[in-house]
Amino acid sequence: MTEKIDINVLIENMAENISSHCGTQGYKNPLMIGIQRGGVWIAARLHQKLKLADPLGELNIAFYRDDFSKIGIHPEVKPSKLSINLDDRHIILVDDVLHTGRTIRAAMNEIFDYGRPASISLAILVERSGRELPIHPDIIGKTITLKEGEHAKLSGPEPLALEIMKSG
Amino acid sequence: MTGKNIQLDKNGNLKHFLSIEGLSQPLLHTILNYAESFATVDKRPVKKVPLLRGKTIANLFFEPSTRTRTTFELAAKRLSADILNLNISTSATSKGEILSDTLRTLEAMHCDMFVVRHANSGAAHYIASQVAPHISVINAGDGRHEHPTQAMLDMFTIKQHKKDFTKLSVAIVGDILHSRVARSEIHALNVLGTNEVRIIGPHTLIPKEIEKLGVHIYHDMNSGLKDVDVVVMLRLQRERMRGALLPSEDEYFKRYGLTNQKLKHAKKDAIVMHPGPINRGVEIDSDVADGKHSVILQQVSHGIAIRMAIMAMVMGQINRDENKEKKK
Repeated sequence: MTEKIDINVLIENMAENISSHCGTQGYKNPLMIGIQRGGVWIAARLHQKLKLADPLGELNIAFYRDDFSKIGIHPEVKPSKLSINLDDRHIILVDDVLHTGRTIRAAMNEIFDYGRPASISLAILVERSGRELPIHPDIIGKTITLKEGEHAKLSGPEPLALEIMKSG
Repeated sequence: MTGKNIQLDKNGNLKHFLSIEGLSQPLLHTILNYAESFATVDKRPVKKVPLLRGKTIANLFFEPSTRTRTTFELAAKRLSADILNLNISTSATSKGEILSDTLRTLEAMHCDMFVVRHANSGAAHYIASQVAPHISVINAGDGRHEHPTQAMLDMFTIKQHKKDFTKLSVAIVGDILHSRVARSEIHALNVLGTNEVRIIGPHTLIPKEIEKLGVHIYHDMNSGLKDVDVVVMLRLQRERMRGALLPSEDEYFKRYGLTNQKLKHAKKDAIVMHPGPINRGVEIDSDVADGKHSVILQQVSHGIAIRMAIMAMVMGQINRDENKEKKK
């Protein structure tokens, strides 16, 4: 089963929601960080639309995963890129799919090894069922309900496409 | 040495890291790529990742070392592992018995990895063949045999400056006979497809069988260094010298010591490496060691990243086979 989702529309909405979220919360000059790989693709689009001052940060959570003892190092490990001091900054953390929440936990652990941000907000392209940790997104592109054995996968960076697939 | 490659598990993943000989080009590239990521940890406010949290690593140094032991220790600490440093004397008479007792004792302390340096060639292989199945062994130098992590950090350093191995000429200079670094280095350069590997040194310090590894031998610096991209200087291992292999250190420096004058024969952008500790005025002139071609201190930093990569890889194999599935 494959379902087509218009990602450009979702990203457009996310950008607006991030703006109003930062406005309501009083976050001036937020710092955007994408989680490799899919999160970085989404974040790059948002970063451009929002015309943020500081460069986009890229986070590779391979060294922070909680399943290292089960599956070893993730094969596609590329260095994280976070050149800006994070202390007292308002961070918009971006990922493609929010599923168990374990990736976000790992990302937050890594962020705190770079500094002590004032706040972290979570922006997600697609929120799906299956949370295993108390993690809730602040900005959601789309919420989808998946049947057992289905998963959502983003391909990119050009063009971006989201597919719902049966695993296995 | 055993015929079977005990370094790899049944799926071809790295279980122990004992010698470069027997490892494939993709595996060496994987190590170099991981090291690239681990190198960034050093530059962060918190120089630590939680990958090996809860693991215990024992540094078993049967032979003294400061630099190698320290970089292994730092690498382990940056991976959040706990590390024990054991300097074990080799003076005991019944070594075999004592060694196996030492291993059993450390196993009883629930160690997960042994980093071994030993004066006897093959010691790390032997220990790897004796330990419990959940333990990984890393060779930190065994006799005249191999020093594979040093070779990998040198490959990493070369890659940072020169990128493509297939276009490079690399000269290894000095005491090849006693050098486990040279042996590992030659294997690594060959596996990575280096265009030309040269060996430069006096007849007495170049073992005859080395030619079988496909290297070109030179006994004169000026012709040997001509147009090379990389110069690897080796330490004159005075403590290993037995018999009259050399006339004198002064004479050695005159013929094989690296000076700016001799370095002019190499390419303009050549890099100069040395595994350390350096003997200034014996195998390398201070002007070269501290000069613009020298990458000797970078090698030390790279040593930490490479050792982090290798430690994480060997530890990452445990339970991998039974847990193929992964969740986002």
